[in-house]
Amino acid sequence: MTPFTFARAHDAAEAVRLGAPAGSKYLGGGTNLVDLMREHVEQPSTLVDVTGLSGAIDERPGGGLLIGAAATNTALAEHRAVRERFPMLARAIAAGASGQIRNMATVAGNILQRTRCTYFYDHLGSRCNKRQPGQGCDALDGINRNHAVLGASSACVATHPSDMCVALAALDAVVHLEGSGGARSVPFTDFHLLPEDHPERETMMLPGELITAIELKPLPMAAHSTYRKVRDRASYAFALVSVAAALEVEDGMVKEVRLALGGVAHQPWRAHTLEHMLRGRPAAFAAFETAAAGEMLAARPLRDNGFKIELAQRTMVAVLGALAASGARGAARS
Amino acid sequence: MQSTVTINGAEVELPGDPRVSLLDFLREHLHLSGTKKGCDQGACGACTVLVDGERRILSCLALAVQYQGRKITSVEGLAQEDTLHPLQQAFIEHDGFQCGYCTPGQLCSAVGMAAELRRGVPSYVTDDISTDTIEFSHDEVRERMSGNLCRCGAYNGIVAAVTEHNGGQARQSTAQEDA
Repeated sequence: MTPFTFARAHDAAEAVRLGAPAGSKYLGGGTNLVDLMREHVEQPSTLVDVTGLSGAIDERPGGGLLIGAAATNTALAEHRAVRERFPMLARAIAAGASGQIRNMATVAGNILQRTRCTYFYDHLGSRCNKRQPGQGCDALDGINRNHAVLGASSACVATHPSDMCVALAALDAVVHLEGSGGARSVPFTDFHLLPEDHPERETMMLPGELITAIELKPLPMAAHSTYRKVRDRASYAFALVSVAAALEVEDGMVKEVRLALGGVAHQPWRAHTLEHMLRGRPAAFAAFETAAAGEMLAARPLRDNGFKIELAQRTMVAVLGALAASGARGAARS
Repeated sequence: MQSTVTINGAEVELPGDPRVSLLDFLREHLHLSGTKKGCDQGACGACTVLVDGERRILSCLALAVQYQGRKITSVEGLAQEDTLHPLQQAFIEHDGFQCGYCTPGQLCSAVGMAAELRRGVPSYVTDDISTDTIEFSHDEVRERMSGNLCRCGAYNGIVAAVTEHNGGQARQSTAQEDA
């Protein structure tokens, strides 16, 4: 690990001041950043520990929540309001990593975690445009079974590895930021970028900016929501495909639907096409199938990952079917 | 200037180099070799320790300096002098290990896991996540302990020991709620 200076921030203003110089990075639970530093993929000159900043989970008017960026993944998943009002979020967090890692990892750190593309990690042996802009991408013609089928580019086919973020995308969360230029907030679905020609740019954050909180707006339909993850083993593995979804049915018709996919793109993939196709349609298998196929029309398989297209369609249909069938609030695990 | 951490009840000075992981600090600086270095990248759970009582973490991914002022319990801190922690006794009775390398991590993880389950932290296999009382079932234990690998494959003994120690029934079909 390259030597670095360690600093501890006590509030957001101090963190932003300490984090301003180039080469500074914010440190949450360390579960991804410390590993990347050991692999020499990340070589910050200063680490600013922000775990002492707010991790409070506060009620907002109408049933929303304001979640301090330093809240641990476990704290968020176990919070009663999250379990009752936003079960897809509690289930998504519980689907990720291990108990130990969820106890360490912060909400902001989860959002800012890097891809697990093995070519990105292999800093001595592989080319990676994300790690070394302009170098080329060895995943494109390499072992790319785990890679993206939606929104990828010839510069990068990596996926965003988070489960939690898939739920945040479906819930239309808002990211609160603070930087030297002041505070601002942005929709979560605009936060992570597609790779295009610059996969090294992963979010719309400005240099030195800090995530201070995540806001969940009131969304009564989210009480009937869930998360399903498909992976190579039953637990403690990244998603091949995952689905976060909420469904509101009235008189047999889809009144409202929110759905996002994980494991298929450089960002948590909000399924706008599917949502548009389903609103006002029968809450039935045929409509779910048509809309899921519609969402995946834009998919482009690589050599090894074509299976993800059908897998994503089937998982979307299965999750929507389970939500339609269970009807009751606080849907059980799908 | 206070720059210390409490390890198994003893206050010790933190390392000056911030690169030192909590795992290397325990093993190389304090010579507490019970905590094991398996993968050193957060994949195996052999380095699991407890923070402030019951919060299980991976010491390999923890920078020691981040734990200033905290209380760390490693496997050496579970037993009371010559009396084993009841969970350690249960591991012996249920053959919860063969080579023993993953055992310190399994023990610390199981202590933290039990506290999480009793608090109502949901897992991926919890059916009703709105409840605060989750059954101490075989499936829950297996899912919640999935971050601790055992390459000898002693999982059945581990799950039996952990489940019995927490008052659950080892068999899935007859799992009883732990009051």
